[in-house]
Amino acid sequence: MEDGSIMTQAPTQNPTSTQSPADKPLVVAGRTLTSRLIIGTGKYASYEQNARALEASGAEMITVALRRVNLSDPSEPRLVDFIDPKQYIFLPNTAGCFTGEDAIRTLRLAREAGGWSLVKLEVLSDPKHLYPDMAETLRAAEMLIKDGFEVMVYCSDDPVYARRLEEVGCCAIMPLGAPIGSGLGIQNPVNIRLIIEQSSVPVIVDAGVGTASDATVAMELGCDGVLMNTAIAGAKNPVLMASAMKHAVIAGRQSYLAGRMPKKLYADASSPLFGLI
Amino acid sequence: MLQLTVNGEAKLIAPGSRVADLVRELGLDGRKIAVERNLEIVPRSRYDLDALAPDDRIEIVAFVGGG
Repeated sequence: MEDGSIMTQAPTQNPTSTQSPADKPLVVAGRTLTSRLIIGTGKYASYEQNARALEASGAEMITVALRRVNLSDPSEPRLVDFIDPKQYIFLPNTAGCFTGEDAIRTLRLAREAGGWSLVKLEVLSDPKHLYPDMAETLRAAEMLIKDGFEVMVYCSDDPVYARRLEEVGCCAIMPLGAPIGSGLGIQNPVNIRLIIEQSSVPVIVDAGVGTASDATVAMELGCDGVLMNTAIAGAKNPVLMASAMKHAVIAGRQSYLAGRMPKKLYADASSPLFGLI
Repeated sequence: MLQLTVNGEAKLIAPGSRVADLVRELGLDGRKIAVERNLEIVPRSRYDLDALAPDDRIEIVAFVGGG
């Protein structure tokens, strides 16, 4: 976690202020992001809807995939016609890659298509659960870093592998909250918290968020950011859900910075117990 | 004619054609794609330089929505 020290930060000068204490922005591989929400661009009804949801989300970074162009329809809509790569940080992914060699081939093409080196590595295993193959993910991360890529890595919530990924030079650790596209929320907050505590690069929960409260839970654990796709694209109203997620991430971050009250076993009256009539 | 494989499909093109000719013939915007030839990236700066050869395996890709 890049800013654990914030917990001990002094409150704002004006104790009645409703403003949040000064927060340091999220910095990934030298890029400063004011939004801690990163969104995917898959599964939308159209690129037009995708663009509106993106605007509503306030996100500055989006994940994108790389696929063969449809030669029978050269004029089919292109993502870059709706979402400007100059305005947003495109984060090419390796979805569909099952080996390090597949991943490096895909990302070299992405680098040529867009000219950047910041990437999201995901090396999956079984299509049923889409859990990352961690041994292959670690090997692919080493290959990519050697090839000059800056690697944000999708990983299991295993603190041991998370540490190894950081040691080989990944610039962000992105453990899953639950299986991709499941919308089950943060299934193992204990492990996510362990990963946050041990990491000195940003920790971004990637996958598993289903609704706004899940994003807040992730941020309250102290995550540096949240990455989601289906939670927005799969909502009945994706643009409204994108706005909800924006607020959920801000709420969770502020809640984390504010420091929650201790949990108690018994009630503790909020009104004074003296002066009763 | 030269026989190539483009995105897994057979494609015939005039001898002496370069990558730029192929991209143009397919009706694609060269600024929005990336090209791989026999597993090697073809940088955009070489589209006008690199001549295609028989049995070249070409991949032409673009960004799409993804998570």
